[in-house]
Amino acid sequence: MRKSICKRFLALFMVLAMALGVTACGGKKETSVGVIGDTIKIGVVCPISGNSALAGKYITHGVEVVEDELGGKIEIGGKEYNIEFIYMDNEASEEKTTNVFQKLIEEEKVIAIVGPDMSKCALAGGPIAQKAGCPVVTTFATNTAVTEVGDYIFRACFIDPFQGKMAAQYVWDSGYKTACIMLNNADAYPTGLTDAFIESYEALGGTVVAQEEYSGSDVKDYNVQLTKLAASGAECCFFPNLLGELGLQIQQARTAGINCPIVCGDSADTPEVGEVAGAAIEGVAYVSAFSAESTSDAAKTFVEKYTEKFKDETPNSNAELAYEATQMVIYALQNAEELSREGVRDALAGIEGLELPSGSMTMAEDRNPIKGGVVMQYDADGVSHYVSTINPD
Amino acid sequence: MNVKRVIKTIYPAAIVVLIYVFVTVLRSVGIMNGYYNQILMFAGINIMMTASLNLVNGFTGQFCIGHAGFMSLGAYGAAVITTMVFGNVASPPLQILVFLLGLIMGGIVAMLAGVLIGLPSLKLKGDYLAIVTLAFGEIVRALLRLVKPIGGARGMIGIPGYANLGWILFFMALTLFLFRNLIYSPYGRAFISIRDNEVAADAMGINTTRYKMTAFCIAAFVAGVAGGLYAHVITFIQPDNFSFTKSADFLVYLYAGGSGSLTGSVVGATLLTILPEFLRFLSDWRLVVYAVILVIVMLYRSEGICGGWELPFMKIKRSSLYEEPVFGGKKTEGKGEQP
Repeated sequence: MRKSICKRFLALFMVLAMALGVTACGGKKETSVGVIGDTIKIGVVCPISGNSALAGKYITHGVEVVEDELGGKIEIGGKEYNIEFIYMDNEASEEKTTNVFQKLIEEEKVIAIVGPDMSKCALAGGPIAQKAGCPVVTTFATNTAVTEVGDYIFRACFIDPFQGKMAAQYVWDSGYKTACIMLNNADAYPTGLTDAFIESYEALGGTVVAQEEYSGSDVKDYNVQLTKLAASGAECCFFPNLLGELGLQIQQARTAGINCPIVCGDSADTPEVGEVAGAAIEGVAYVSAFSAESTSDAAKTFVEKYTEKFKDETPNSNAELAYEATQMVIYALQNAEELSREGVRDALAGIEGLELPSGSMTMAEDRNPIKGGVVMQYDADGVSHYVSTINPD
Repeated sequence: MNVKRVIKTIYPAAIVVLIYVFVTVLRSVGIMNGYYNQILMFAGINIMMTASLNLVNGFTGQFCIGHAGFMSLGAYGAAVITTMVFGNVASPPLQILVFLLGLIMGGIVAMLAGVLIGLPSLKLKGDYLAIVTLAFGEIVRALLRLVKPIGGARGMIGIPGYANLGWILFFMALTLFLFRNLIYSPYGRAFISIRDNEVAADAMGINTTRYKMTAFCIAAFVAGVAGGLYAHVITFIQPDNFSFTKSADFLVYLYAGGSGSLTGSVVGATLLTILPEFLRFLSDWRLVVYAVILVIVMLYRSEGICGGWELPFMKIKRSSLYEEPVFGGKKTEGKGEQP
């Protein structure tokens, strides 16, 4: 008897399923211009809480510098518009990024999105923005797949392969013939960098003598891996890991008896790494998008404004890239033929020779910027100094 | 046929349909947008996950804390089918078929893992199972990172966004419906007897290992399907997305909502999915307030919001077991009234 009710219920659900299947196909695409009255909104997505809250702090600060420069107004084609930045916390999680992207695009009706900073978040949010036709300029998503999502996704940073190549080039140029690597195999950033590093380094003639892995940012004890690396006798160490992990790693590496030079990816570009590592930070080199010691006018103005607003901070590449990404959007707004998401997209794709703190930038056809990077090195006080510039070939 | 009883039988399904129609109408007039839709979709998936966890933790009295492991297997299982095996299917009806196949596949993969992990460990009692499931979640994550064809640590990109609110509501309703019936069936009674006193249940002749296994596998299957839906909402999955933090989320939903209550799973998962988004206006203080609210709930209602309580249609009364089925059905054993 109960079976019969079950059957009826099931039948009802099946009918329902079919009905849903049909209605689901009829979704309409919303076209909104991204300008409400005379207000233009720009979304900023970054991790204000969670594992990467530190990066989020610098990103918000970088964008706030642009916000101050504009003073809430922007002139486009002789007409003055109000400009509003909407900061959204994505907790460095893919799921939250998709929520935030939906909110910004559908509810806030932003004209463009700056961020997110992580590749995994950009990969999760990208398809939503692409589908809605809203341009995105990620600050720090260095993974190649990010801009491959579609023609609305841009980035302000260089890509992982170039970063790994820069590190390999630097290590080789410094005369180290063997290297060892310790990486977090749970994240796309370290694995991407490692692959590129190994490829370029071996092409140059170097040998990677040891590679040790650990899983996830929760790991705080790296002694097992480091002892093995110390035993490998490599001339140089490459740590392409995340910001929160590097400080401890550098400190533990020195205690574990690794005395060779350490090279990191651009995530090492934060004073807090030095604070955690203490004295061990001396001599640690990293590749980066930007040096605060750069002498170009754009760089000087940016550093000046930043240090004036945030007294006890020097801008790192997170802040700088957020600044650049926002500047790119502002430039695109001012140069767009039509003030809409499509117009901004086209203008972004057409950026040529835009003067930014890290140098002159041109947008390539694959929506990756063409620009060089720098190698930086920490001194004993945990302050990083410019070493050399490496340009794309 | 009694009109009252007809209404009583269909109204749970009608509520789900009404929610869907309501949301669709609100969306088409522009009051609701994709953002709310997205949150509702995640809420639906979280309800499925919480309800399946409830079956193991709340009704069978075991302690599974690696539920995200099953979810990730389901997500990857389904995504492999829809993205890699049948990635180039273009016609919408076929896509729906592929999608359903993927979901079932995801569920089966998760269930097989459930069998694999359950066989040696469900003979254990109490805390040991918790440790095994915790380890299981971590092993799955570590293994998925190593499999390069499905993206490794970088994750799987380009999963088609087949899932929509309709599908998620449908699977959610189906899950709740089946779970309700399961819990009031002899199987469910056995689950509950194991929860209440395993030794006594054993003494009464219940094969506790077998019933624990059944509960575990059903829960794993549903979690796998939920994972499949999740993959097709977010369109990008990465092993680290299914970490212990995610398992802990479901545990929070379960115990805040009330363990051992299906209504509790629905309420807990829905409220706690919506709350962090609702609190966005607080910006920096958002997660602080969220945590404070959780603490207050647990302090003043330690059995969970709906602990020990079910909505009328989420339970089956003893008397209704002897009633005549509402829709047709042959009259048997002289019970019930003449139509």
